[in-house]
Amino acid sequence: MSVVAPPAVIVPPSSPAAQQPVVEVRDLRTYFPIRKGLLSTTVGYVKAVDGVSFSVAEGKTLGLVGESGCGKTTVGRSLLRLIPLTSGEVRYRGTDFLSPRGDDLRRLRRKMQIIFQDPVSSLNPRMTVGNIIGEPLEVHGIARGRDKEDMVASLLERVGLDPSYSGRYPHEFSGGQRQRIGIARAISLSPDFIVCDEPVSALDVSIQSQILNLLNDLQEELKIAYLFIAHNLAVVEHFSDEVAVMYLGRIVEKAASHELYRNPKHPYTVALLSAVPEPNPRPKKTRIVLRGEVPSPANPPTGCPFHPRCPLTRQIASQSNASETVEITSAGEHFRVLSKCAHEVPALEQKTGEPDHVAACWVTT
Amino acid sequence: MNEPLLHIDKLNVAFSTSRGQVHPVRDVSMSVYPGQTLAVVGESGCGKSVTAMSVLRLIPQPPGKYLSGRIYFQGRDLLKLPEADMRKVRGKEIAMIFQEPMTSLNPVYTIGDQIAEAVILHQNLRGKAAYDVAEEALREVGIADPGRRLREYPHQLSGGMRQRVMIAMALSCKPKLLIADEPTTALDVTIQAQILELLRKLQRETGMAIMLITHDLGVVAENADTVAVMYAGRVVEHSTVHDLFDKPQHPYTEGLFRSVPKLGANVTRLETIAGTVPNPKNFPKGCKFHPRCPRMAGDPLCVDDDPALREVQLRYWAACHHIEGFAQAPITEPQLAYKRPETISEIPAEVLQ
Repeated sequence: MSVVAPPAVIVPPSSPAAQQPVVEVRDLRTYFPIRKGLLSTTVGYVKAVDGVSFSVAEGKTLGLVGESGCGKTTVGRSLLRLIPLTSGEVRYRGTDFLSPRGDDLRRLRRKMQIIFQDPVSSLNPRMTVGNIIGEPLEVHGIARGRDKEDMVASLLERVGLDPSYSGRYPHEFSGGQRQRIGIARAISLSPDFIVCDEPVSALDVSIQSQILNLLNDLQEELKIAYLFIAHNLAVVEHFSDEVAVMYLGRIVEKAASHELYRNPKHPYTVALLSAVPEPNPRPKKTRIVLRGEVPSPANPPTGCPFHPRCPLTRQIASQSNASETVEITSAGEHFRVLSKCAHEVPALEQKTGEPDHVAACWVTT
Repeated sequence: MNEPLLHIDKLNVAFSTSRGQVHPVRDVSMSVYPGQTLAVVGESGCGKSVTAMSVLRLIPQPPGKYLSGRIYFQGRDLLKLPEADMRKVRGKEIAMIFQEPMTSLNPVYTIGDQIAEAVILHQNLRGKAAYDVAEEALREVGIADPGRRLREYPHQLSGGMRQRVMIAMALSCKPKLLIADEPTTALDVTIQAQILELLRKLQRETGMAIMLITHDLGVVAENADTVAVMYAGRVVEHSTVHDLFDKPQHPYTEGLFRSVPKLGANVTRLETIAGTVPNPKNFPKGCKFHPRCPRMAGDPLCVDDDPALREVQLRYWAACHHIEGFAQAPITEPQLAYKRPETISEIPAEVLQ
């Protein structure tokens, strides 16, 4: 299939070379074919992930935020090879993770695990908790019999559950406890990288903080790196060292967590942050309510994918020469935007502010 | 605002199950005034949805049963109303929107058919006139090209659009009370902001009251005038949004506020509430919160006695033995006519920066 060459991703010179990242992803693309007709001919592609690059350092957390359909979950699954990816590069401690098969792959998989959002559907209802947590130990030949049981007991204890529960079934536990079981399973092979895919979104508010603290403790103790995928911006800020914001399959902004929240550059990030309701009845901030909805990734807008909803290009276009602008229709409205935004894809490049603060926007500096 | 529009008075609801009776709503009292938004906050199993469904008498009987209590709407007790009269209240006087708009819309009828049905039933309009009302309702909730959308089916719309359709349907008969059960939980934050803004605008225009059921404290803080916090089937705290967020009285609410990560708050470790949310099948004895409570410190009173909701301060009701002067505070009907001043400034997107 033909893939239009993406704009060059400008990667800022990396900091101390000694710190090799645990996981490195370069130009990851995952396209799903759209099939139509009797012969299921491929008529197009949903570009769920369209050129995403990042790396996660040992014991650190990269937060990945975005709205539903932006491709954040697909990033997490493709890099673990749970979904076949279209192109790109994934490295685990410098070695290629995409070509190994069989035993080699299995050995690498021990080091890279995942925690799912829904603790109900991600645990087999017919297996006891002991078997759920013990299965990976047996499959990878780490322990069996009594040894395995001892390890399961200590894992249960580690995640805050009574070791005597190992004979029980998942339905006997509450949501928060089930998520603890999922975590115990993920850490059973002592991984050093875990994809946490919305690990607390399905939980009650008072339980979320317990799980977040547990993940934090495990990270400190076992030096695990996390790719933390979530849509709750406050949770991501609290949890991440670095944050990447995704929109329609691409990273539109990435920076150190405190920098991104204090000094957002991309108008989408600005709007996203302003949309979060604050638990304060006397808020100081003014709200930017974005018009329209996220476009379908099967038919993304040309140019900057955000331009039909972007308040900034619209504002600047209203004060610019008509020759530099074009009229578009979005969410039932007609208005002008900068032609550059409508026709050319902006690259992710360094913006003013801290080093390594990158954003993909023609307008902001 | 002298008379509450809706006044729930010591409502008790039970369900019979194969393993005996469960009692998920216990002595729940709260009230909503015209033009006001009451937020009902709580976690899963706290009884907030059962309370809301009871107002419309949507609890199937059996297995459900209204054990005791009254639900006054404009002075009439809804629990005593004959079913035929109740049908005139549902949809006409009190409308409801739900969390998952896809399951609340019928997939085999067009949007227009579904909105027009309510109009035909309650407003005595027929044919084109009913569809005109439906089209107008869609326009009011900000749907572009409403004439075309009328002929579409639910699956052709996005989640945010479906929720707008639900709101259009609910508001097509100009209800006096809108019950919104987690209306934005399934939506993205930017769409949530749109929907909440829409609800506020419609409330300003029509003066309807809103009972907003949610677990999101941010949504409460920005939208509610008054708040009822529920825990394990009980209202544990009921006050104005400002008093409640300034200084919550109940240890559960206090813990909840501390455990939620806030934007811009630089904390390394979150505070937590120990233990798990109790299941209605086995609520603890005494104060329902005592097994998780940091205040009780082995107090036998908390273990044995479930505290009643008392007026611990002016305009503030709470239920905790460890609030100062709690034993002396009077037990009164929680009625709170309060409208917050307009504080949230919404600027149209184009004036950003």
